[in-house]
Amino acid sequence: MTDITTEKARIGAPSQPFINGFTEEGESLSPVNAAASKSPLAGEAVKRHSHGGGVGIPDSSRAGRLTSYKLADFKPLTGMEEDWRFTPLKRLRGLHTEVLNGAAPTVSVTAPDSVTVETVGRDDRRIGSAAIPEDRVSANAWENFTEATVITVPAEVQVDGEVSVLLTGQGTGASAQHVVIIAEKFSKSVVVLDHQGTAVVAENIEILVEDGAQLTVISLQEWNDDAVHASSQQARLGRDAKFKHIVVSLGGDLVRVTPSARFTGPGAEVELFGLYFADAGQHLEQRLFVDHSVANCKSNVLYKGALQGRNAHTVWVGDVLIRKEAEGTDTYEANRNLVLTDGARADSVPNLEIETGLIAGAGHASATGRFDDQHLFYLMARGIPEEVARRLVVRGFLNEIIQQIKVPAIEERLTAAVERELAATNH
Amino acid sequence: MSTLEIKDLHVSIDTEQGTKEILKGVSLTIRTGETHAIMGPNGSGKSTLASTIAGHPRYNVTSGTITLDGEDVLAMTVDERARAGLFLAMQYPVEVPGVSMTNFLRTAKTAIDGEAPKLRTWTKDVKAAMAQLRIDADFTQRNVNEGFSGGEKKRVEILQLELFKPKFAILDETDSGLDVDALKVVSEGVNRAHAEGNMGTLLITHYTRILRYIKPEFVHVFVDGQVVEEGGPELADRLEEEGYDRYATGAGAATIAAASAAAQA
Repeated sequence: MTDITTEKARIGAPSQPFINGFTEEGESLSPVNAAASKSPLAGEAVKRHSHGGGVGIPDSSRAGRLTSYKLADFKPLTGMEEDWRFTPLKRLRGLHTEVLNGAAPTVSVTAPDSVTVETVGRDDRRIGSAAIPEDRVSANAWENFTEATVITVPAEVQVDGEVSVLLTGQGTGASAQHVVIIAEKFSKSVVVLDHQGTAVVAENIEILVEDGAQLTVISLQEWNDDAVHASSQQARLGRDAKFKHIVVSLGGDLVRVTPSARFTGPGAEVELFGLYFADAGQHLEQRLFVDHSVANCKSNVLYKGALQGRNAHTVWVGDVLIRKEAEGTDTYEANRNLVLTDGARADSVPNLEIETGLIAGAGHASATGRFDDQHLFYLMARGIPEEVARRLVVRGFLNEIIQQIKVPAIEERLTAAVERELAATNH
Repeated sequence: MSTLEIKDLHVSIDTEQGTKEILKGVSLTIRTGETHAIMGPNGSGKSTLASTIAGHPRYNVTSGTITLDGEDVLAMTVDERARAGLFLAMQYPVEVPGVSMTNFLRTAKTAIDGEAPKLRTWTKDVKAAMAQLRIDADFTQRNVNEGFSGGEKKRVEILQLELFKPKFAILDETDSGLDVDALKVVSEGVNRAHAEGNMGTLLITHYTRILRYIKPEFVHVFVDGQVVEEGGPELADRLEEEGYDRYATGAGAATIAAASAAAQA
C-alpha cells in the first residue's frame, strides 16, 4: 500500500523507535494523570484537573472527559470541541439541539426462547447499569427516550444462532433510542443490531458483559441515504469476560458511532472491529474508547474503511487509556483506510495514553493509502479487467473485518453490500 | 509462431515543460523463439518502449504501429494486451494493498486463459514454480508485492511469467538491483519459460551481465529514442568492453549516423 501517513509504536519493544512525545514510560504524562483515577462509572466520573472543566480540552487525558446523565451538564456544541471537531453539526439535524420527541425506530427482536426480551420504562433499574453519556447528543437521547428494549441472556446459557434486533427508522423527526444488552455470567451469545430505513436518531446502547460471559455485538448501519444516526455503545466488562464488537457503517448521510469498553475485573478481553465504506457526500465517523482501569486485561482494535466519491469523509479516532493500576495490560489498535478516488477525505487519529510502564504491550498504527492508477495498471497488465481489479482490491481489504463476523448470512449480506457500493461508481 | 512487430514508433509524454518526444521512430520485429536485447544508456527510451507496448497511459503514441500477428496492439486496452499474450515484467513492480498473491495469481490466470485453472494442478504448478525461483511458500498469503524486497519483487515478476505463459515477454531492467545469486535464479526462470518454445523475449537492460545468463540472438543499441546500432551477441561483448561512451553526443552525430548506416547495411 502506498502509505500517505503511517505511524507505529510498540511499547515494550525497545528496538523500535518511539514516536514523538513518547518515552519508555509511555506518552508524556500530564499532571492530570497523576491524580488517582476512579472507577469509570462511579459517582466521580469527571476527573478534576487544573483546567477546572472536564470538556474537550485538547491533549488532556481521555479520562478527563465529562460524563453525566443530565443534558444540562453539557454545554451547547460549537464544533470546536475535541470530540466534535470532525463532525458537521449542521447535518446532525437537531440531535444536539432539539427535544428528541420524534418517532424512534421500531424495535423487532428475533431471539431463541432462552433469551429474555422486554420493553421497559425509564425507571427500570437496569437502565444506567453499563453506560453514562459522554457527550451532549448521548445525554440528549438519555433525557428523551420513553421506553427501552432490554435483552437478557441468562446466566450460563449458550445461545444457538444469533439474537437479531431490527431497528427500522420511522422518518426524519429527531428521536431517541435506548437498548440494554445484558450477558449474564458465563453465558455465550451473539447480538445483531440491524439499523435500516430512514431515521434521525440519537441512540444509547448499554452492554453489560458479566463475569466469564462471552458476547459478540454486531451493529450494522445500512440506513437509507438521508438517515442521521449518533450511537453511543458502551460496554462494561466483568472479570474474565470476552467481548467482541463489530461496527459496520455503509448507509446514511451522517453516522457517528462511539463504542467504548470499560474493564471492571481482571482477565477480560475485548476486540473492537469496524468496517465502513463512504460514498460521495457521506460522513461516517467512529470514535472508540478502551479504558484499561484494572490489571491484566487485553484489547485489540482494528477498523478498516474505504472511501470513494467527492466529499466522502470518514473519521476514526481511537482512544486507548492504560491507567496506573492497569498493570499487565496488552493492547493494540490499528486503523486502515483505502481511498479509491480523488475528493475523499479520511481522518485517522490513534491515541494511546499510558500511565504505567508495567504492561505486556501497547501499540497503535494508522495507515491511509490510495488505490491509484499504478495499482490499476499493474493488475490490468496481468489481464485483469478494470472493474474486476477494483473489486479485487476493495474486497480483499474489507474482507479481513467481514470474516470476523462469523454469522454466514450477515457475512454474505455485507459482501453483497460492498459489491453494490463498488458498482455505484460515482467518481 | 507469433510475430510482434513495431514500426516507426514515435512516443511522447506530457511534462510540466510541455510535450516531450522520447521515442523517435523505433522499428523492431520479434518472433517466437527469439531473444532480443535492447541496451542503452539511461534516458535513452528503453523503458518507454516497454511501457508503451504494455499500454501504460502515461505514454502517447504519436505515430507508428505495434501489431501482434497483425492485430493492432495500440487499439487494445491494457488488460486486452495481456490477454492477447503480452507480458511486461516491470522495473518497479507495484505493491497492491488488500490482494493476496494467491488470489491475484488465480484471478490473472483465469482472465488470461478465459477459464479458471484446475485447482489441484494450479496449486501444484504455483508451488513448483515458486520453489524453483526460491520464493518462500508463505508469500502466497501476503499481499501482492507488499513489503517485498527489490529482489523478491523481481522473482515474483518472473513467477508470473512462468505461470501465465505469454507469447511475448518484455523484461524491463529485470536485472537491475539484483545480486549475482538472484540474477542467476531469475535468468534461469526466463530461460525455462523460453525453452518451452512458445515465447519471444525482449530483454531490456542497462548492463551486460544478465547476458551471461540469458543469451540474445539480436542486440539493439538505443540512444536518444532511436536504435543506433544492431547486431548479434558480439555487439553485447563490445559494449561490455567499451561501454556506451562512443555513442555519447560528444562523439558527434557522425558516429551515430555511421553506426546507423552500418546497422542498415
